[in-house]
Amino acid sequence: MKMRSALVVSAAGAVLALGLSACGGGTTTNNSGGGGGGGSEAPAAQPTYNAGLEAVVNPSTKKGGTMHMAISEDWDSVDPGDTYYGLSWNLLRIYCRPLTTYNPAPGNKGNEVVPDLAQSLGEHSADFKTWTYKLRPGVKYEDGTAVTSKDVKYAVLRQLDKTTFVNGPTYFNDWLDLPKDFKTVYKTPDVNTDQAIETPDDSTIIFHLNKGYGGFDNFAALPATCPVPQAKDTGIKYREHVVATGPYMFDKVQTGKQYTLKRNPNWDKATDPIRLALPDAYQIDLGVEANDLDNRLIAGDLDVDLAGSGVQTAQIATVQGDPNLKARADNPTVARTWYMSILNDNPPLDNVDCRKAIIDGADRVGLQTAYGGPVAGDIADGLMPPMIGGWKKLGLYPTATGDIEKAKADLQKCGQPNGFETIITFRSDRPKEQAAAESLQQSLAKVGIKLTLKGFPTSEYFSSYAGKPAYTKANKIGIATNGWGADWSDGFGFMSQIVDSRVIREAGNYNLSVKSPEIDGLIDQAFAESDTAKRDAIWGQIDQKVMEGAYVLPEVWSKGLLVRGKDVTNTFINNAYQMYDYLNMGKTS
Amino acid sequence: MTAPLDVSGEELRATPEAVAEAAGGKAIQGRSLGQIAWMRLRRDKVAMTGGIVVIFLILVAIFAPLIVDWFGHPPNEFHQEMIDTNTLGPKGGTGITKDFLFGVEPVNGRDLFSRVVYGSRISLLIAFLATLLSVVIGTVMGIVAGYFGGWVDAVISRLMDIFLAFPLLVFALSLVGVLAQFETNLAVQGDTLRILLLIFVIGFFNWPYIGRIIRGQTLSLREREFVDAARSLGARGPYILFREILPNLIAPILIYATLLIPSNVLFEAALSFLGVSVQPPTATWGGMLAAAVKFYTMPHFMFFPGMAIFITVLAFNLFGDGLRDALDPKSSR
Repeated sequence: MKMRSALVVSAAGAVLALGLSACGGGTTTNNSGGGGGGGSEAPAAQPTYNAGLEAVVNPSTKKGGTMHMAISEDWDSVDPGDTYYGLSWNLLRIYCRPLTTYNPAPGNKGNEVVPDLAQSLGEHSADFKTWTYKLRPGVKYEDGTAVTSKDVKYAVLRQLDKTTFVNGPTYFNDWLDLPKDFKTVYKTPDVNTDQAIETPDDSTIIFHLNKGYGGFDNFAALPATCPVPQAKDTGIKYREHVVATGPYMFDKVQTGKQYTLKRNPNWDKATDPIRLALPDAYQIDLGVEANDLDNRLIAGDLDVDLAGSGVQTAQIATVQGDPNLKARADNPTVARTWYMSILNDNPPLDNVDCRKAIIDGADRVGLQTAYGGPVAGDIADGLMPPMIGGWKKLGLYPTATGDIEKAKADLQKCGQPNGFETIITFRSDRPKEQAAAESLQQSLAKVGIKLTLKGFPTSEYFSSYAGKPAYTKANKIGIATNGWGADWSDGFGFMSQIVDSRVIREAGNYNLSVKSPEIDGLIDQAFAESDTAKRDAIWGQIDQKVMEGAYVLPEVWSKGLLVRGKDVTNTFINNAYQMYDYLNMGKTS
Repeated sequence: MTAPLDVSGEELRATPEAVAEAAGGKAIQGRSLGQIAWMRLRRDKVAMTGGIVVIFLILVAIFAPLIVDWFGHPPNEFHQEMIDTNTLGPKGGTGITKDFLFGVEPVNGRDLFSRVVYGSRISLLIAFLATLLSVVIGTVMGIVAGYFGGWVDAVISRLMDIFLAFPLLVFALSLVGVLAQFETNLAVQGDTLRILLLIFVIGFFNWPYIGRIIRGQTLSLREREFVDAARSLGARGPYILFREILPNLIAPILIYATLLIPSNVLFEAALSFLGVSVQPPTATWGGMLAAAVKFYTMPHFMFFPGMAIFITVLAFNLFGDGLRDALDPKSSR
C-alpha cells in the first residue's frame, strides 16, 4: 500500500475476524444483533489518557449539532469505489452501506466483521469459493428508490476498472472468477458476468471466486460493495455526487475545499442496527494547515482530525505536558512499521555480515526519538508489527542502543574490519526520516561505517530513486528509509508487497531489499495454507528469515497521539482502522 | 548650511576634508581619493559598526572549527542525553547551559551554537562567490555594451532583459532535483556540487542588475575628455576599456557588490529553507529555520539562526550604505 505524507492509509481486515470466519466451518453465525450502538452497550469510560482504547468515552444518544471535521490535505476520493485511505473507509460509512463492516466498538470487538447492508455474514460453500449474501429489506437510496442486489453487483464491477478508478485496492480484480472477455462495465457492458457475481433475485448476491478464501467477509466490508445505481453512475465524476444509502447524504461538494452532509430522509433506523446517526449535519474542511488544525481541535473549535494519524510534532510536547489535555488523548498502536531497507546489490552489502553490522551498530533508541519518541512508536525488532497474527518477539538484535563491539565483530567477519562507506536515501520533505537518517549516520560512524545522506522528494521517491533498482545500483545506494502500513491486519496484508522478490518491477517498488528464494517459497506456502494458525505461523517465520538475512533495519512500530474532540460523544479507537470510529460520534451541544 | 563654526560630522561630510583639516593648524597635505573616502567612512559610526560586524562574521566563518572547539561541540554530534523523550524538546525548555550557549536542537540534541557558527560558512561562502561571479560577468557585459554601443549594446541589453525575466526560483528548485539523477556521472558530488550549483544559480542570474548600472556609467564615461585623449593618442578598445574606463568604475562596483552580498545571503537562506541546498546534516541557516518551523513551540530553535541571518544582512546593508556615501558623496541620500 502506498503511503502519503501525514495520512495513514491503513485499512480494513482483522486477524480476529479472519480467524472467526475461517474456523467457523460450514456454519454461518448471524451477527446482526451483535453490532451494538456505540453508547448503549459498550462499557463507558472516564475521559482519561488512553481511555478510548478499550472503552467508549462520553457515551451518549443525544441527537443534534453539526460535526465539524477537518484534514490538512485532501484524500483520494469520496467515491466508495475509488478510495484507499483508512480515514476514508472509516468515514464513508456515514453516507453509504457496504455489505458488511467492522463492529463500531472499542478494543478487540472492533476487529469483528458485522453485517450492514447484508442481513448476515456470508454463507460459503465448502471450498470457500462461493459466498452468498442476502440484503436487508427496505433499504433505500437518498431519492427513495429501493436498493437491489444488482446495484451491489454493479458497484463491485465498476470499480474493477483501474484506469478510471485508480485508487482503490485490487482484491476483487484478483479473486473474482471474471470472464475473459470482460474489460470494464463501461467498455463491455453487455458481457455476462454471472460466473463472477450472480443476482438470482433483488435481495440475493452470490460471489464466485477463482480460489478459495475463508476471509471473504473482509472483502465484503470493502467500500466497493456500497451499492451504486447504474443510472446515476457518471464514472470518475460520480465523486461529485455519491448517492447515499447511509443516514447522511451530500449537501454541498466543493472539491478540494469542503464537503457538507445533511440527514438522508430515506434512511430508516429500522433497517440499520449499527448506526446511531446522532449529529444533524457534518462539515468537513479540507486543506487546513496542520498545526492550525491541532490548535483548533485542542481548543474545541474542531471536533475531529479526520486524518486520524495524530497531532503534529509541535503539539506532542503540549499534549504530553498538560494533564487536562493528556486526559483527552489516546495513543493507539498502528499496523505500520518504519524501517530501513538494506540494499544488497552492491558490495560490501551483498555480504550478510556487513548488513548485520548496520543493524547491530544502529542506535534504535535514537531512531525512535527521530520518529517522535516512545509516544510515536515502540522500538521494533522485526519487520512485522505485533498486532499481526503470527508475530513473535525475535530478539535477534537485542541491544537497542547499538552494540559497537558486536558490529565491529560483524565487520571483521565480512572482511571490512575498518568499516566502509555507503549512501542512505530518505524523503527530503519528511523531517522525521531525515532525523532518522542523521541519527543512523551518527551511530554508524562509531563503528567505522560512513554514511552519506541523500534526500529526494516523496512524490518521486519510489518511482525514480529508492524504488528503482537501476538507480540504486548505479548510484551505489546502500540503505533506504522506508515505511509500510497494512492493507489488511494479517501477514498477507502486511508482508506480501514488501518481502516477495517476485513483486519487484522496473520502478515504483516498495520491496527494496528482500530478495530471497527461501522467503519466496515460504510466501507460496502461506498462500496455499488454509488453516489460519498455521498460515500465521508461516508469516512469523518469514519475519524471522527477513531479520536473519538482515535485509531490513526495523526502526519503530508506529503509534499515533490522537486527541478527542472537546464536545464529542461516543469516542473510541476502532482497531480495524486504528483511529477514532467515525460512525456513531455525537455532539454534546 | 548652518554657521561655519558649527563643525559637526554632517558638516564635514559636505565640506572638502583637506580644507577642514587644514583649519586645524596641521601642515597641508595632498590626499588621494581613497584616503578621503576612508576618512569619510571612519566618521560614519553606523557604517563602521556594520563593517566591524562584517569582519567579525567573516572571522567567525573562517575560524569556525576553532571557535566550536573552544565553545561548543562538533556541529553534527548528537546529544540525546539533553533531550526529554516525551516532549522531544531539550530538557528544561531550551537546553541553554554554559556548555551549550544557544541550547540544543529538539530530537537529536545537536549544539545550536556550533550549527549557527558552521552555518555562517555556507551562507557567506555562497554569498561572496555568487556576488563575485555576478560582478565579474555584470562588469564585463556592462562595460562592453556601454562602450561599443550599437548592435552589441542591443544584444546584451536584450539578454539582460531575458535574464531578469527568468523564473529563477523555479529553475533552482528543478535544477537541483534533476541534477541528482546524473550526480554519479559528474566530477564533483555531494555538498561541493551543491555549493557550486548554488553559486552558479545565484551568481549567474543576478549579473544584469550590476550590468545595467555599469553600462549606464560607461555610456557617460566614454564621452569624457580623457577617453577622447586616449583615443586620439591611438589607444585601442581593450586598453581604453580596462585601463581608462574600468578604474573609474571601481566605486560603483564596490558599492553594488557590498549591497548584493546581503541579498544573496537572503536568497541562499530562502533556497536552503526550501530544501535546495547542501545535504543534511550539514548546517545552513535557512535549513535550520525550515526544521524549526515544525517545532514552533520551542522558539529558541528558530531564534538563533534567524538572528544570524538578520544580523548578517543588516551589517552588510549598513556597511554598504556607508561605503556608498563615502565613495560617492554627491549621491543623494
